[in-house]
Amino acid sequence: MPEKTMVEAIRDAMFEEMKRDDRVIVMGEDVGEGGVFRATEGFVAEFGEDRCMDTPLAESCIVGAAIGASLNGIIPIAEIQFADFSHPAFDQIVSEAARLHYRSNGTWSCPIVVRTPYGSGIHGGPYHSQSIEAFYAHVPGLKVICVASPYDAKGLLKSAIRDPNPVIFLEHKKAYRAFRQDIPDEDYTIPIGQAETKREGTDISLITYGMMTHHSLKAAETVEQENGASVEVIDLRTVSPWDKERVLESVKKTGKALIVYEDNITGGFGAEVAATIAQDAFEYLDGPVTRVASPDVPISPYSGILEEYILPNPEKIAEAIRKLAAY
Amino acid sequence: MVSVKEIQGAAGLSGDQLLDIYYKMLLARTVGQRERMLNRMGKGPFAVTGEGHEATQVGTAFPLKPGYDWVVPYYRDIGVALTIGQSPRDLLLAHLSRADDISSGGRNMPSHFSDPHLRIVSGSAPVATHLPHGAGIALASKLRGLDEVTIVYTGDGGTSTGDCHEAMNFAGVHKLAVIFVIENNQYAISVPTRKQFAVEDVSTRAEGYGFPGVTVDGNDVLAVYAAAKDAIERARRGDGATLIEAKTYRLVPHTSDDDDRRYRSREEVEQWTARDPLVRYRGWLKEYNVADERKLDGLHEQAAREVDEATEEAESAPTPKPESALTHVFVED
Repeated sequence: MPEKTMVEAIRDAMFEEMKRDDRVIVMGEDVGEGGVFRATEGFVAEFGEDRCMDTPLAESCIVGAAIGASLNGIIPIAEIQFADFSHPAFDQIVSEAARLHYRSNGTWSCPIVVRTPYGSGIHGGPYHSQSIEAFYAHVPGLKVICVASPYDAKGLLKSAIRDPNPVIFLEHKKAYRAFRQDIPDEDYTIPIGQAETKREGTDISLITYGMMTHHSLKAAETVEQENGASVEVIDLRTVSPWDKERVLESVKKTGKALIVYEDNITGGFGAEVAATIAQDAFEYLDGPVTRVASPDVPISPYSGILEEYILPNPEKIAEAIRKLAAY
Repeated sequence: MVSVKEIQGAAGLSGDQLLDIYYKMLLARTVGQRERMLNRMGKGPFAVTGEGHEATQVGTAFPLKPGYDWVVPYYRDIGVALTIGQSPRDLLLAHLSRADDISSGGRNMPSHFSDPHLRIVSGSAPVATHLPHGAGIALASKLRGLDEVTIVYTGDGGTSTGDCHEAMNFAGVHKLAVIFVIENNQYAISVPTRKQFAVEDVSTRAEGYGFPGVTVDGNDVLAVYAAAKDAIERARRGDGATLIEAKTYRLVPHTSDDDDRRYRSREEVEQWTARDPLVRYRGWLKEYNVADERKLDGLHEQAAREVDEATEEAESAPTPKPESALTHVFVED
């Protein structure tokens, strides 16, 4: 099995789906030249400019035209260059894509994927670093996926493209080239809405997603070596719909829940996870449902010193694990 | 039936077609009036209608191939929906939010027309968000090698949005078979067009997008029809988009929740009532002997009867099951 980076896995997923299904196209800014992260490298040569389409610099129209095309037999992957630039398309995503099936009483559907790099830790400053998953996880009618590893990215992107609903596909940009993983040559998909236990444990359930999965795994190793506290790390992978069963099952086993997310703490997706655990696993809890997240400042400042201060990292997560383990 | 091919201004339409256009306009007027009446009677919580826009709506939709071409209407387009094939019953079921409302099953507000079989695309209420959808539909037609044409409608207020600019620019770049119809009734609720844009004819913007723009008298149904027919033929043969600005006037308040006396003088409304597109067209039909008084009165009675029957059917139709509010959030695999 070849080793691939996440951006290579994403490229492969799109390439294979476009080979498999003529209806699939990709459209966005700079995608014709391969895109700023090279996710569509070689696509124009293979598929032509019609199926790997450079668009005008207008995010609302990228998503809006994708919605329209999806009503007429095309399956568009709309690439937004950075999640931070998706806000002009908020109306298209929330008012249109998410509500179209519902408001038409199930008679229209909108099979689009909005792919965008998100997340911090790359000195991106306040406009190349944002986490946007909570905005969209709040909206019924959208599926929201957050990936930060090559294998998951490929399998979930294929599922997203094949899904008949609008899917927001968030790719943590720090993970694009940070890791390599064996990727099978044969076609595979990962079901949307299924979490994965990345590390088994018995004392604390750590629920996370995106880049924080990697930081959490490091923190869990560190603490286990120090004092033996055994941390189970669950990567949600999909925040809408999210895998409540897996999370509740784990918390009922360990009695303690730590939720780690990169976004601002207030109203971040982890707040929903915390509320669900507090309500549905209350009688199993043996400590406060705890969150580690970024403080409520715009994420993230450009300076590496400032950025590091803001973001959760393995040390901060390890500290929270120690505290919760000792409770 | 009198042959009208030689009549100047008949745009090549047959006598039957000319009367069909008149009937569609009558139906649109009658349905609009009925919805406002039902609202006043407390039967429907909200009404948004298009009395005064009939020439623009019917004239632009009439040259399309229903169910083959696409329309992406906005909330005033009762005349478009009827011309493409929705029935007064369909519209009244929506007005009364009945279970069998084809547009939305009682989920969207009335006048948010939708029917996949007729290729009438469901819309929302934020203004002009659907213009990129029209461009996207036309992009798909182009990618698939189909000669379908899409018409997308909005009002004068809609021209100020970013989505309007983005959609027109996109349509220009890709030379798409899409027609943007601006139903310029001179007010976005209470805001007059002089506060909306600084040009006399907003159709001049088309030049900046690389396709033609025309301004037509939106109360002259044959002028509107001729402009739309030209644009549709252009689009169908692959020559790209057109912007049609139809200058018209709404003879009623913005919605059932609006009081237009706050911002429009009664004298102004009177002046435009004198230019009522139905009255004008009726006069033309008589002048050119397409139909006599008796025939035209008969059409009025027929429209009234059809809308009466539709009202009765809609009023006695079942309401949605409460728990159905939870369905169709997602397409289930």
